[in-house]
Amino acid sequence: MIHRRLILFGLCAAVLGLSAVSLMAGKVWVPLSVWLQPHNPLAAILFDLRLPRTLLAVAIGAALGMSGAAMQGYTRNPLADPGALGVASMAAFGAVLTLYFGAGAQQPWVIALAAMIGALSAVGLLIALAGDGSSLVAFVLSGVILQTLAAAGVALALSLAPNPWAKDEIITWLMGALTDRSMGDLALAGPLILAGMILLLTLAPALDALTLGEIGAKSLGINLGQTRLILALGVALTAGASVAVTGVIGFVGLIVPHLLRPLVGARPGGLLIPSALGGAVLVVAADITVRLTPGAAEVKLGVAMALLGGPFFLALLLSMRRRLG
Amino acid sequence: MSQLSFEKVAMTFAGRKVLGGISGVLEPGKVTVVLGPNGAGKSTLLGILAGLRRPDTGRVLLGEQGVLDLKPRVRAQRIAFLPQTPEVAWAVEARILVGLGRTPFIGARGLSADDAAHIEAALKSADALDLADRDVSTLSGGERARVLIARALAGQPEWLLADEPLTGLDPGHQLDALALFQTLARTQGCGVVLTLHDLNLAARFADRVLVLSQGNALADGLPNEALTPDVIAAAYGVRARIKKTSSGLHVEIVERFRPGDL
Repeated sequence: MIHRRLILFGLCAAVLGLSAVSLMAGKVWVPLSVWLQPHNPLAAILFDLRLPRTLLAVAIGAALGMSGAAMQGYTRNPLADPGALGVASMAAFGAVLTLYFGAGAQQPWVIALAAMIGALSAVGLLIALAGDGSSLVAFVLSGVILQTLAAAGVALALSLAPNPWAKDEIITWLMGALTDRSMGDLALAGPLILAGMILLLTLAPALDALTLGEIGAKSLGINLGQTRLILALGVALTAGASVAVTGVIGFVGLIVPHLLRPLVGARPGGLLIPSALGGAVLVVAADITVRLTPGAAEVKLGVAMALLGGPFFLALLLSMRRRLG
Repeated sequence: MSQLSFEKVAMTFAGRKVLGGISGVLEPGKVTVVLGPNGAGKSTLLGILAGLRRPDTGRVLLGEQGVLDLKPRVRAQRIAFLPQTPEVAWAVEARILVGLGRTPFIGARGLSADDAAHIEAALKSADALDLADRDVSTLSGGERARVLIARALAGQPEWLLADEPLTGLDPGHQLDALALFQTLARTQGCGVVLTLHDLNLAARFADRVLVLSQGNALADGLPNEALTPDVIAAAYGVRARIKKTSSGLHVEIVERFRPGDL
């Protein structure tokens, strides 16, 4: 337990430390002393650009990390991620539709709203498709169906795009980024993410009990239908809201619980909070790296995460092969 | 402690009649062993008794109350269930796994000191105290079975329903496990229902034997009443000899009947 507390403390310290660096770092270096000088011209960069960007990175990292841990716990599969339910894909599809029709270009909140509608309709479809009494396999398969349909929808929108600008906008948005986000984006996504995280945290005992399989959990008094509904809603709110304001950022929900499991123990309920902190650390760190990478254009955060994800899986495969001999 | 009774329980699965409307009253403080060939409906009956499956017709009563009418949490506090092939999805410590048995009792604040005491007592009862800090993925089949039995005991259930709990246990630990179930029944008044395949162990440890075949009860009673050569022949299709020895009935399986013998 002391070990666990130490790691939680370390993760909190890392979130705070990296956030401080994130406020300072970029093409223009903003020292922390600017906080106390509201008339300094750098204050605008700090308060209008860096602060929302940093807070969003923390919120989205936490959302993706926790929903990943919840998904892995629920499916009892260390390779599951928030995308596995198709919720994130449906959110992306919703957003892409607004870009396709050109409505998203005028009002960023239209994109976010459409993404949230996509995420929540994914939940409805999931529950309708999988039914109440069905097994985990039916639930996950329904997620795969949604994911495939949403991906097809996105591809269709891209190929039928009315003009090159719409196509360009869709591609850029799909890559996922934290650039030029405002406090408005945070006000939109923050409460949704928070509500989703609270929902997921209430699932901790059910996720723990699912270690014994569905029958085991049921015999321990867990209501499986209710667990599934709360999970789907929680993932829709956390991952859906993240996609809504930043586009698609993958791998966080997959990598973070994986890395933390050996450190804080594999109990799925106990992995939720550490994964939220770990997700925040990863996204803030990645965002700082992206900003400091030299070059005319900034590498998109979603692209950077994907670049990180490939080698991570390679390392995972190698270590698994070594262990199995 | 309440009786667990089942009335005209019938279940059809994929067009096949798994249980054909059987009834019975199980007494607390006794070890009831359900026997029968593969596919006789043993596991289905156990799942229905545990309130985990809804029979097509008929009902299960815990005392006066329908087991399906109980709140899931209350049902889980009173009836513990050990599935046939228990899944352990994550490499957690044995103590944490046993702690899952307290799930129906924990409130918002997590495991209390009282829960911890129950967990230690369960580990001790199941002879798994030395395994408590080990990662379950490193345990042998038999060690894992002991930890899972401890998990079922951690909730101090009124009824313990275990589906083939001896799978993977060596003869010594099989005797230990059965002695533990017997002690639970004798000293704590817990009702124990087991499905087994070993007729000798059933004859020796059961207070009551229920023999199922094709979803119907072939025999139901004391081991020496229920386990006769005729019943064994009808249930399993084997010729058996039965001797009375100092340690109880001894069932010797002689040979399998060839088609046409019956």
